[in-house]
Amino acid sequence: MRFVIIMLLVALAPIPAAAVNPSEVLADPVLEARAREISKDLRCLVCQNQSIDDSDASLARDLRVLVRERLTAGDSNEQVVAYVVSRYGDFVLLNPPFKGTTYVLWLAPAGIALIGIVAVVVFFRRRQGAAVAPAGLSTEEQDRLANLMEDEDR
Amino acid sequence: MRRLAYLVPLAVFAVVAVYLALGLGMDPRSLPSVLINKPVPEFALKPIKGYERGFTSEDLKGKISLVNIFGSWCIACRIEHPFLMELKKRGTIPIYGIDWREEDPIAGPKWLAQFGDPYTLIGDDPESKAAIAFGVTGAPETFIVDETGTIRYKQVGPITADVWEETLKPLIDELRRRSKAG
Repeated sequence: MRFVIIMLLVALAPIPAAAVNPSEVLADPVLEARAREISKDLRCLVCQNQSIDDSDASLARDLRVLVRERLTAGDSNEQVVAYVVSRYGDFVLLNPPFKGTTYVLWLAPAGIALIGIVAVVVFFRRRQGAAVAPAGLSTEEQDRLANLMEDEDR
Repeated sequence: MRRLAYLVPLAVFAVVAVYLALGLGMDPRSLPSVLINKPVPEFALKPIKGYERGFTSEDLKGKISLVNIFGSWCIACRIEHPFLMELKKRGTIPIYGIDWREEDPIAGPKWLAQFGDPYTLIGDDPESKAAIAFGVTGAPETFIVDETGTIRYKQVGPITADVWEETLKPLIDELRRRSKAG
């Protein structure tokens, strides 16, 4: 029984769903690890929200092979990424760089949060101020209220 | 003045709504090419099966030309193809072909034999070497390359008569005028 349960657990265990084909894997484990690391940050241009490491698209495959060829040829990780960016633009980076064109992207969440905080602070300050102001009705208003209540009673 | 402050959220919402509405109408696949006004990448492609000459970046020097990425597997290329044949007949501009990612090396030549061959030269690119160098994301894509070997425009998707008349032809005419003046 225990054997069956163990076998079932093994069968149902999540398998990492990388799309890398055995034939693409480099013999050198260090280079291969670097290739995997680079691939995880490069966007597949066909299925745009996957990395080339995850994608089965043929263009993603060719990009994975290209990354490995460049690494084998002696490129640094940065050089490989720079080459791909020089062909496809910053869009291929799943983690967009912080620069002129992306300031809005990176700063907008913090900016909006700041506006919210300021709004909340202003709101509570005002309410406190209002609470200190003298409450209660003027004589004129009390008269009007009394009249209204009388009307109601009738 | 106090009243106007209440309109601020509405104004912010309106601005965001306008941007999102514009975003809905945009095609996320049409990426601006970073290669515009850059030199063509260097490449040397072998000929496709049954052809004698391949296609290298050197072939593009000295004239304005089109570089068209196609494949026999690509349905939009099939739609575009008759118009490329028409352009060849008119003799307006040399068209160079990159036969991209054929699983079967005979598929490209067979396709051309069946529908006609509009290309001056064709290179075989089974592993996307040139395609990646050109920043290609799908087929068909067509680049306008000027006589200095500089990429001037990238057309994503098929060239139709409309695309040709409205976008490509005016651009090519302008490039020709400029190269004559220079």
